[in-house]
Amino acid sequence: MGVQVHEAPIEDTRVMLSLPTIHCSACISKIESALNAMPNVHEARVNLTLKRASIEADPDLTAADLIPVLNDLGFEAHELDAGTIAATETDKAGRALLMRLAVAGFASMNVMLLSVAVWSGAQDATRDMFHWISAAITLPTIAFSAQPFFKNAWAALRNGALNMDVPITLAILLAAGTSLYETANSGHHAYFDAALTLTFFLLAGRYLDHRTRAIAKSAAEELVALEVPRAIRIERDNEITVRVSELTKGDMIMVRPGGRMPVDGVIVSGTSEIDRSFLTGETLPLFAGPDTHVSAGEVNLTGPLTIRATAVGEDTSLHRMADLVAVAESGRSRYTSLADKAAKLYAPGVHILSALSFAGWYLFTFDLRMSINIAAAVLIITCPCALGLAVPAVTTAASGRLFRKGMLIKNGTALERLAKVDTVVFDKTGTLTQGAPQLTNIGDHSRHDLQVALALAETSSHPLAMALTQAARDAGIKPAGLQNIHEVPGYGIEARWQNRTVRLGRASWVGADAGASTSAHLWIEDGNSAQFIFVDRLRDGAQSIVKALQDNGKTVILMSGDANVAVEDLANRLGIKDWIAEALPGDKLSRINDLIDNNAHVLMVGDGLNDTAALTAATVSISPASALDAARVASDIVLLGKSLDPISDALITADKSVSRIKENFRIATLYNIIAVPIAIAGFATPLAAALAMSLSSITVSLNALRLK
Amino acid sequence: MNVLIYLIPASLFLGGIGLIAFIYTMRSNQYDDPDGNSQRILSDEWDDHPKP
Repeated sequence: MGVQVHEAPIEDTRVMLSLPTIHCSACISKIESALNAMPNVHEARVNLTLKRASIEADPDLTAADLIPVLNDLGFEAHELDAGTIAATETDKAGRALLMRLAVAGFASMNVMLLSVAVWSGAQDATRDMFHWISAAITLPTIAFSAQPFFKNAWAALRNGALNMDVPITLAILLAAGTSLYETANSGHHAYFDAALTLTFFLLAGRYLDHRTRAIAKSAAEELVALEVPRAIRIERDNEITVRVSELTKGDMIMVRPGGRMPVDGVIVSGTSEIDRSFLTGETLPLFAGPDTHVSAGEVNLTGPLTIRATAVGEDTSLHRMADLVAVAESGRSRYTSLADKAAKLYAPGVHILSALSFAGWYLFTFDLRMSINIAAAVLIITCPCALGLAVPAVTTAASGRLFRKGMLIKNGTALERLAKVDTVVFDKTGTLTQGAPQLTNIGDHSRHDLQVALALAETSSHPLAMALTQAARDAGIKPAGLQNIHEVPGYGIEARWQNRTVRLGRASWVGADAGASTSAHLWIEDGNSAQFIFVDRLRDGAQSIVKALQDNGKTVILMSGDANVAVEDLANRLGIKDWIAEALPGDKLSRINDLIDNNAHVLMVGDGLNDTAALTAATVSISPASALDAARVASDIVLLGKSLDPISDALITADKSVSRIKENFRIATLYNIIAVPIAIAGFATPLAAALAMSLSSITVSLNALRLK
Repeated sequence: MNVLIYLIPASLFLGGIGLIAFIYTMRSNQYDDPDGNSQRILSDEWDDHPKP
C-alpha cells in the first residue's frame, strides 16, 4: 500500500510572500499580472515598501504553487508565515501617534496664526477675543494630543521616579493654565501657541522614535516568519503537514533531505548525513542511521529520515540553549542610553530652576500671579523640544542610511554601543565562512576521473557533491555516461560505468584513508581512486573587514566550535593572531564575559545557535541574515546581504551618529544658557519663546540630517 | 474688524476639512505602501473602476 499524501488542513486563504529583489514599477506589474493570471488566485497585491506580496486565493493554493511562477520571472520569493505577519501589519500605536501629531499640527498652526495677530499689536477686546478662540482650540487639543506624555509622567510619578515626561507635562499644563487665567483677566501674554508647538515638536520626536523601532521590529519578525514552522507527521501511513507547535512526544515525524529537525528525537528508519554546524560550528556532516539521536535545528542532508520525537517545544535542546541566553541577557540591561543620562541630569534641574525662580520672584515682589507666570515661562523655555528630538532624529537618519547599505538596526541604543567597540569577536562557520564547501584540488585529477565524479555528484544534493558539480562544470568538464545511478543515503552515490562499479562518497565506504581534511572519495572498480579535498569558502568581504578592523586598532578574535586544524588554517589565512577552537557555547560566553570584565567593549559577530549566548552577552552584536532565528533575535544588528563589508560602514556611522547626538545636546544646552536667564529675568514674551523653541528644534533636526 | 466674524470660522473650517481628509486617508490604509504608490503612477495598467 502506497503512502498517501495529504495537504495541510490549514485554513489560511491568504498567502504572504517576501520578495527581497523587487525595486521598480515594472516589477510590480509583472508580478501582479502573473499572479492574477493564475486560475485559483483571487487577488494579488504587491507592497513595494515592505517588499511583500499578499495573495487572496482558494484554500487549496499554497506558496509552493506560487514561488516557481515568480522564480521563472526572475524574482526571488519566500513564503512568510501569515499568522506572524498579521500581528504586526496594522501598527495601531504608530497610527494613534500620527493622529495626535496631525491634530496637534493643525491646532498649533491655527493658534499660531491668531497669535501673530496679537504679537503684531491687537489691543483690548480684539486681543481678548483672539486669546479666547486660541483657548477654545488649545484646551481640547492638549487633552487629546498630549495624552502619551501625561500617561508616562503619571506612571513615573506613581513609582516615585522622574522622567523626561514630568517636566513636559508640567510645562504644558502650566502654560495652558496660566494662559487661561491671563485670558480671563484680560492679560497681555498667553502661551497657548507655545503649549501646542511644544506638544507638536515632542510628538514628532516620539513618532520618529516609534517608526524606527516599528520598522526594525516588523523586519525582524519577517525574518522569523521566513521559517514557516511546519512538520510532516506520519499517522497510520498518512503523511500530514502540521504546525510544529502541534507536535507531541512520541510522534513519528518525517524529515526530508534538506529539511530541518523540528524537535529532538531518535531516528527510527532511514540513513542519511546530518549537518550540525548551526548547533556546534562543526563543518563536517555526520553519519546518521537508526538509533542516532538528533537535536532540533540540525539539517538532514541526503536521505529521508523518520524520527520519533523525544522532546518537543520548550524541552528541546534548542530551547535549553535559550536558558544560557536568558542568563546573558541580565547583563545587557546595564547599559544606560545617552538620552536617559541626559534626562537624569535634566529633569530635576528644570524643576529646581523653575521652583527657584518662582520663590525668588515671590519673595522679591509678593506678586503671586507674576511669579507663577515667570515660573511657567522658565518651564516652557527649558522644555526639552530639542532634547526630545536630539536622539530620535539622529537614530532615524543613521538607521535609514545603514538600511540602504544592507543592515537592519534592531535596537535603539545599538549605535551608541557600537561606537564604543574596541574588540571584535568573530565566529567561524557561517560568519567568516559561508558554511559552504569549495573544491581545492581539481587540478590533481585526470579528465576522465572528473567526468565520472561529475556524473555521480550531479545527482545528489549533498553539499560536497554540489560543490564538486559546480567546480567541475566551471572547469568545462562534461559528465560521463553512467547507468543505474543511485544514492546510498549516509554513504554516497553508486553507479555502473563501462561495466564497472563506480562510487563517490565517504572514505570508509570506498576503502580509502579519511585523512584530516574535508574530502569525498571517488572509487572505480579495477581502477584508481581519487580524493577530492574541500575547504569552507570565505564569505565576501571577510578578508577586507578583518584587515580594516585591525588597521583601525581594534583587537580581532576568532572563536569557533570547529576542530583545531580548520580554525588555525582560517586564522592564518585572515591574519588573526588570537583564536580559540573547539569552544562550547558556555566557553564562548565566559570568554566574552572575561573580556567585558577587563573593560573591553566587545562586538560579537556570529550566526549559530552556539553563538546565541555570546551574542547576548557582548556589548553589541551582529548576525548575518542567513543565521538561525534565535541568533538573529539575540543580536542588535542584522546584515541583510551576503557580504561582511557593511560592518565597517556601521562602525563609522555609529561614531558619526554619537558625535551628532552629542552636538545636538550641546546645541540644546547652548540655547538654554542664552534663553533661561532671559526667562528668569522676566523678559520672555510668548513670541520669544515660540521663536527660540522652533529654531532650536529645526537646528537639531537639520544637524541630524547631515548623516544622510 | 467685523470681517473677522466670517474669516476666523472660515479659516478654521477649511483647516478642519484638511484634518478630516487626513484622518480619512489614514483610516483607509493609504500610507501602507508609499514607495509602491510613487511607482504605480508610472504603470500603464489601470482600472476604470476601482475594485470592490
